[in-house]
Amino acid sequence: MLYEQFKMRAEGVSAEVYRFVTKTEALDFVIRLLQNEGVADEANAFALWADSPFLEGMDRQALKKIAGLKFEVTRELASEAKFGISQMEWALTDTGTLVDDSSAIEQRLVSSLPSIHIALVPTSGILPDMPTLLSMVHPKDSSYLAMITGPSRTADIERVLTIGVHGPERLIIVFVDDLEGKFNPSKSPLI
Amino acid sequence: MRNEFKESINKAINNANLTGALGKFSEAYKVNRAKAYEGIDFEELRGRIADLKSYAASHLDQLSEQFTRNAEARGAKVFRSNDPAKVREYILKVAKDNEVKTIVKSKSMATEEIHLNPYLEKAGISVGETDLGEWIIQLAGQTPSHMVMPAIHMTKEEVSDLFSKEVNERLTSDIPRLVKVARNELRPRFLEADMGISGGNIAVAETGSVVLMTNEGNARLVTSLPKIHIALVGIEKLIEKYADVATILKALPRSATAQLLTSYVSIITGPTPNTDGSMKDLHIILMDNRRSEMAADPKFKQALQCIRCASCLNVCPIFRLVGGHVFGKVYTGGIGTILTAWFDELKKSEDIQGLCIQCGACRDVCPGKIDIPELILEIRRRIVQEQGLPLIQKAIYTVVNNRKLFHGMLRAASVAGKPFTSGKFVRHLPMFLADLTDGRSLPAIAAEPFRDRFKKIRQPKLKEKAAFYAGCLIDFAYPEMGEALVRILNKAGIEVIFPEEQTCCGAPARYNGAYEVAAGNAIDNIKALLIEDVTYVISACPTCTVALDHEFIDTFESLGQTEWVPKAKELSGKTVDFSTLVKKLVDEGRLSLKEGKKLGKITYHDSCHLKRTLKVSAEPRELLQKAGYELIEMFECDICCGMGGSYSIKLPEISGPILQRKLRNIKETGAPIVAMDCPGCVMQIRGGMDQDGADVKVRHTVELLVERLQE
Repeated sequence: MLYEQFKMRAEGVSAEVYRFVTKTEALDFVIRLLQNEGVADEANAFALWADSPFLEGMDRQALKKIAGLKFEVTRELASEAKFGISQMEWALTDTGTLVDDSSAIEQRLVSSLPSIHIALVPTSGILPDMPTLLSMVHPKDSSYLAMITGPSRTADIERVLTIGVHGPERLIIVFVDDLEGKFNPSKSPLI
Repeated sequence: MRNEFKESINKAINNANLTGALGKFSEAYKVNRAKAYEGIDFEELRGRIADLKSYAASHLDQLSEQFTRNAEARGAKVFRSNDPAKVREYILKVAKDNEVKTIVKSKSMATEEIHLNPYLEKAGISVGETDLGEWIIQLAGQTPSHMVMPAIHMTKEEVSDLFSKEVNERLTSDIPRLVKVARNELRPRFLEADMGISGGNIAVAETGSVVLMTNEGNARLVTSLPKIHIALVGIEKLIEKYADVATILKALPRSATAQLLTSYVSIITGPTPNTDGSMKDLHIILMDNRRSEMAADPKFKQALQCIRCASCLNVCPIFRLVGGHVFGKVYTGGIGTILTAWFDELKKSEDIQGLCIQCGACRDVCPGKIDIPELILEIRRRIVQEQGLPLIQKAIYTVVNNRKLFHGMLRAASVAGKPFTSGKFVRHLPMFLADLTDGRSLPAIAAEPFRDRFKKIRQPKLKEKAAFYAGCLIDFAYPEMGEALVRILNKAGIEVIFPEEQTCCGAPARYNGAYEVAAGNAIDNIKALLIEDVTYVISACPTCTVALDHEFIDTFESLGQTEWVPKAKELSGKTVDFSTLVKKLVDEGRLSLKEGKKLGKITYHDSCHLKRTLKVSAEPRELLQKAGYELIEMFECDICCGMGGSYSIKLPEISGPILQRKLRNIKETGAPIVAMDCPGCVMQIRGGMDQDGADVKVRHTVELLVERLQE
């Protein structure tokens, strides 16, 4: 129910939303998506994946062998990457917003410089709204709380909505049911 | 008004691109905003915002200190100053100390306020705006015309010319392509910049956090890529509690751009690591620039409840005609007029405050619950206090304050006006109604004013009594409306008295800042109207009703003449507008209208004071429908007709197009009659229809209802 609401809101602001039960399924989906989009080793074609709980326990050596997939996040690489992949911890259903503690610069580099941002989100991180989020996530635990609602947009020329200015022009959200986040489910108002 | 100001108005009105873009936007905004607020109790929400911002405005020092403490504990450097010059110097010093050569900026009105860019550029530093709209106007060498959409006045062709020059390539006006060009051009500048400057949408005292909202994603880059970040924040952005961020986030994007949330929101608390592992050099400047003085002013303190959404611009019938540049170089529109008077100087607002027609549309949508029209009146009052009234106005008010002389002159005008009378209209009225705009005929002064005709009306002796306050227009131009009102009330068993000593309600003086004159009028009217014990004081002019009901009290309070306040309150308690009273009488079964006959289509125009101050809009509609009319709503039924009392005389170039738009909306309904409850609107719209030649009858509700009284 909350997921459906989130999906409706997020798609309303041009985000693409998917959901998988297992990390394996989600990973398969991401790899297929990258390959369909022509991921490759050269500049403006590769994907940059910021370290995240999703990657824990994954066979990174195997992943590194996939052409066009990189894990060393630098500003130079981020500015040349076509895809940025990161984990976002929370999702707000009432506005279709993703939220994350992005104090680590890598989190922001991969989600703001590439033209496509793929966000992996633990399904347990879905929250109803902003007041709920703010009651759970405090600035004392995060120097840079980042919220993302759809891709980058502008209407500064003749009020015509145009997607993709300084940030990504596509936001692909992948919910993973068995992904454990930083989020402690016992604190969730939903459970 | 200065000639160059008038010229800037004419230039704007004749700029079809500007008026076209703004017109389309204002229509779309209204629909989209309503959609964005679906399911939200706006009154409750803005009540909370007003409370929390008002609390902050009363505790600016305390919250500034708390913010400073908390932000510094997290490693930020906080600088607070009242002086724009010191703020500029501070930023330049940080830049010089760090050998900064290039700066990227995300949108900040506070930096516009202190004209930061030219100052830094003069010192040899390259400053690049990165918000698309701001970049466009930077390339064009212009200033923002709108707080949220700085380049709304420009066409895609103009933008493509600017960008073509910048990239040395002939570009088409394809908007997505232009946006790509901006992305590609600005990307290297973000990566190279030594310093990022941002504003701040919210500053949270409890946590020392700065909240930034953007759609393009430029603020994320400005705050992430350069090693130094300076956030320039006006202290009115301070709020006490972190939890209240959610309250502002709920209203700001909805009111600003009709979005549920902007694409990006960043809550920054203390420095974060740079890409090379070092820590960001984070400076937060809390800028006062007279905001504390404003907070100490009992009238203007509420202006600090502004969250800078610019919805007051988006709904303003004047702004959509003239755009932002007529208002000045930084803050524009309704709130801009107020901020300019304070952050710049009172004198600078002398012309622009006159742009406000006092229709109240902005007051209804302000998420900070600021009474913007009231504050603009207050500016007017202070300007008059400082500089005195213009000579001509002074002469007029000397007359208006002497009832016998005033009424004598109006009677004389009915004779003098005769040679110019064509049918029911004259082109020019003498005295203060002289020099009127084309596009509207004016009514002849009645040969016999209502006060004389009243004596000839034979009323039954009835137990319940109401005093009728006619107001100048019904008394001297439309006495038949007064006669109709007497017949209707008699039918409901109410006898009407007409206190002879009543005079002008003082609204014209008050709206021109001449509060002393308005107070004189108020005293005369209180004495006249409270002389007999009546149940109601009824008026068929909403502007007069508002004067009797609210403004007498406020005028006395503003002038400190509190001895008159109890009497003014007594009068207010009895005052009622025509449609509200008649609806009540019908509901109580004391008055019945002939029903059953189909009278055909009608459309209804909401008068500003009736709809937005007295909150009356359903009553006249229900009465007209009960009488047998089929109501067809016009587009923008509650947008001002452009009359605004003497506004239509002072700024005919603005009043004219507003009237034309109203006439068009009326005609498009196909209804042969348009009804309204205000004789001022009747004068404006009937005159307009007369010139237009359209076969649409313009009637006051009182005239239509009297025809349907049960025999």
